[in-house]
Amino acid sequence: MSGGHAELPVAARVRALEERVIAAGLTTDAELEEILAGVYASASPVNGARMIARAWADPAYRDRLLADGNAAAAELGFAAGVRGYLLKVVENTPRVHNVIVCTLCSCYPTSLLGPSPTWYKSFAYRSRVVREPRAVLAEFGLELPEDTEIRVWDANSETRYLVLPLPPPSADGLDSDALAALVSRNGLIGTAAR
Amino acid sequence: MTTRFAAGDRVRARPADPDGHTRLPRYVRGHVGEVLEVRATWALPDEAVRGVSRPEPVYTVRFGAAELWGSGLHSVILDLWESYLEKA
Repeated sequence: MSGGHAELPVAARVRALEERVIAAGLTTDAELEEILAGVYASASPVNGARMIARAWADPAYRDRLLADGNAAAAELGFAAGVRGYLLKVVENTPRVHNVIVCTLCSCYPTSLLGPSPTWYKSFAYRSRVVREPRAVLAEFGLELPEDTEIRVWDANSETRYLVLPLPPPSADGLDSDALAALVSRNGLIGTAAR
Repeated sequence: MTTRFAAGDRVRARPADPDGHTRLPRYVRGHVGEVLEVRATWALPDEAVRGVSRPEPVYTVRFGAAELWGSGLHSVILDLWESYLEKA
């Protein structure tokens, strides 16, 4: 994808794996290119933010989002992006804060959040957030009240998680674009308030 | 597909250390948690990598920090295949 990455040792391993899979007839270079191009053309936290903005403005959509994330994503045109996994949206409340991790690797809903940040893939984040989430969140600049319950969701199966942050105090009267602009990728992961 | 466990059940993640692929993280092995819900029915990854299709129930299980680490107030929640669990 980028000149810098192509020189890394892992890039050589990826290419070797690709060649084996292609030689086994399981896929083709063209198919892989098409998939990657589709993912990276459309994958963005703007997509997740649109879902959050809609949930903030429309309580019925919020209910559907929490009950069936894949169907709710499809309503906004993201069906193709969430096809490969079960999307589970977890809601922040004044009492509960949710944060996402994949301790085994670095899974997350790429189509709704964009390519994952390096810190999300780091051993440091993956090992520490399950052990000391409050301290890790503080390092991201998020200080939570002492009585806030923290739930850490480890995406070790086919489930991918998205956090539904608390709406801002001034949400009333904002249109959906303005609401979506208030939602960051870190808010969707849980390392920011929104 | 019949489920061995239900929401509210206390379960223990098996203290296994398989040679091959698994999606049972080390930090929960041997620990007791609470089943929140039956998540889905999916092929057991440990067998799938060997070309064996073995669908089984997958449970969303919550573990308390004190149980996992000896201290802390937070919860860690993850999905565990039925083969990874035993009744606590």
